[in-house]
Amino acid sequence: MKIFIPTPLRVYADKQDAVQVNAQTVEEALSALTSQHPDLKKHLYSDEGKLRAFVNVYLNDEDVRYLPEKEATSVTEADSLSIIPSIAGGC
Amino acid sequence: MLKLSETIYIALRTHGEETYPHECCGVLLGRSHEGVNEVEDAVRAGNTRTDSAHNRYHIAPQELVRIQRQGRERGLDIVGFYHSHPDHPAQWSKTDFAEAHWLGCSYVITTVANGVAQQTNSFLLTGTSEDDKSFQDETIQVEELVAGRC
Repeated sequence: MKIFIPTPLRVYADKQDAVQVNAQTVEEALSALTSQHPDLKKHLYSDEGKLRAFVNVYLNDEDVRYLPEKEATSVTEADSLSIIPSIAGGC
Repeated sequence: MLKLSETIYIALRTHGEETYPHECCGVLLGRSHEGVNEVEDAVRAGNTRTDSAHNRYHIAPQELVRIQRQGRERGLDIVGFYHSHPDHPAQWSKTDFAEAHWLGCSYVITTVANGVAQQTNSFLLTGTSEDDKSFQDETIQVEELVAGRC
């Protein structure tokens, strides 16, 4: 499956906009991604090993945090993951 | 440096006037090369902070996923974001900084005073991580429309 990398993190993924991985679940896919590109890990995960609060991971159009099985959700080759840092602010 | 056409520049400022007294927000699609974020399109986004839209904005991640996908299909990346500060200076706030995570992207802010767009500034989010990120003032280069020749 494909994992789409947002512009700020591509520098840690050999400047690729997408990375191909083999995985059965979302967790395996993310693990494969950080195995291929270890520098991504500290940008995606806190020191406690949890996805950083501002890092959103979408399986196709679904927020993984709100899927019943979350990161244990099964994936197929046709699925894609998008990593999307949040955007917010205000005066 | 942030480069954009006059049409896009006017469009993002107009967006802020239309949503006044609430904050507008949107995504800048384009290409980044050699320190220049060149904008090809400004995509309006909804402000999900309906509880405090006069001084906060938030773009739904699902909308970002969609915009990123549309950009990818056109060969464009997310190179920045814009929002308005109703009756506040066009300067990044503590909230803007705390919520900024797109390193290398431009954050454009327009003051809208009494419903009229005033100053527009851009700030480049620099650094290598959350630990050393900072906003730097960024020049905005507006490419003026050139009248067609007969």
